[in-house]
Amino acid sequence: MIAAGQTRPGARILAVDGVRGGRLVGNAELAGPISSSDEWIRSRTGIVTRARAGAETSALDLAEAAARRAIARAGLDASRIDVVILGSVTHFRQTPAAAPALADRLGASGAAAFDISAACAGYCYGIGLADSLVRAGAAEHALVVGADKLSDFVDPADRTISFLLGDGAGAAVVGPCDRPGIGPTVWGADGAKAGHVGQNIDFRQAVATGTWPTLRQDGPSVYKWAVFEMSKVARAAIAQAGLTADDIAVFIPHQANLRIIEQQVKRIGLTAGVLVARDIIETGNTSAASIPLATERLGRDNPGLGGKLALQIGFGAGLAYAAQVVELPSTLDQPANNERNSHGIGQE
Amino acid sequence: MALDKNEVLEGLIEIIVDETGADPGDIDPDKTFADDLDIDSLSMMTILTLAEDRFDVEIPDDSIQTLQTVQDAVDFIAGD
Ligand SMILES: CC(C)(COP(=O)(O)OP(=O)(O)OC[C@H]1O[C@@H](n2cnc3c(N)ncnc32)[C@H](O)[C@@H]1OP(=O)(O)O)[C@@H](O)C(=O)NCCC(=O)NCCS
Repeated sequence: MIAAGQTRPGARILAVDGVRGGRLVGNAELAGPISSSDEWIRSRTGIVTRARAGAETSALDLAEAAARRAIARAGLDASRIDVVILGSVTHFRQTPAAAPALADRLGASGAAAFDISAACAGYCYGIGLADSLVRAGAAEHALVVGADKLSDFVDPADRTISFLLGDGAGAAVVGPCDRPGIGPTVWGADGAKAGHVGQNIDFRQAVATGTWPTLRQDGPSVYKWAVFEMSKVARAAIAQAGLTADDIAVFIPHQANLRIIEQQVKRIGLTAGVLVARDIIETGNTSAASIPLATERLGRDNPGLGGKLALQIGFGAGLAYAAQVVELPSTLDQPANNERNSHGIGQE
Repeated sequence: MALDKNEVLEGLIEIIVDETGADPGDIDPDKTFADDLDIDSLSMMTILTLAEDRFDVEIPDDSIQTLQTVQDAVDFIAGD
């Protein structure tokens, strides 16, 4: 008979941190080629600036910087990490994955390492996986990173999505706990809507036409799905954690559009006092990085969040989505480590 | 089965009021969503989706372009 591995009663997030692209690009700079305006972009999306990294910085560089901060914040040596999960859609190779190189750069040598392609849901997919792996005893400490350098895939003349996008990475360290610090993950995908967000052409077409692939979306239908379907998913995540909307102190949705965020608050039925992440205003949409970056900012701006219950939900290309309730780590409060400037990677 | 247009109008006004904070007295069938009621495309999408749920009808996403006035929406929902 095969012996069962050692399982654990729970897992929790030990630390979250992140880095943003070093240059904040204002709306006026992007409005010309898409016949838009600062006023239009602000009123439809809430975005005032998006953080973008310079040409020399890769998604892997962003991932490394974010991961180093999160690991330091967790007070852990990188060698204690035994699985590295990287959510990214902007790594330039089909193979090898970026996660093994990330593990190597961090000194998490020998850790299992793999990428997941779940776009803006990547971080919450990763947290769900890490929770399962730690509870199942397959890992003691898991590093979950969402890293995207979306500016490598924007078309300045595209009106559908490019003006929303920024660059950044966020990371969380997940470790064992004597009770659940991460609620059940409610996740799924709707592949019938695969064509609603993503690359405009595949790499074969890119080579054949000599055109670099860039991102496109059907904004109105993604908006509708994000507001109505994702609010149901969020409510399911609260219910599956055995909680009600009143128990949620902090709401950290994927930072896609401020209008979506405000609608979700209303449709999920969160309380008037809930603290809502609005990092999108300054950072833009950074795909898999947006939730951990928004968490980092909330921690910086609101001391005392440790132990509070946060609802997080990621959703995007696929269309893929995942939501869970998590207990925020006390390390969110900890004073800055030496290079504590969450801006400043890849300054142009 | 066709819906009663007065009921649809009443329900639609309720949704618009809830969504925009407009005064119900300011909303009549001839008003245009965009210019008269200052409802942008994203609010319009929200209103039409709420109307889909409420009246159990399907309103294609691209109808936003064609449903200009409150009456246009009432007619569409009532099945004209
Ligand atoms: C992208 C988004 C802001 C577009 O806004 P929208 O109001 O739905 O835009 P629509 O395509 O319905 O167009 C409405 C009007 O704005 C105009 N418009 C569209 N994009 C524009 C832009 N970038 N700048 C200026 N005007 C624009 C259209 O021409 C149209 O004008 P008209 O009414 O005079 O014909 C919005 O759909 C959105 O954010 N969707 C959610 C998508 C998202 O967050 N995706 C990320 C998931 S990871």
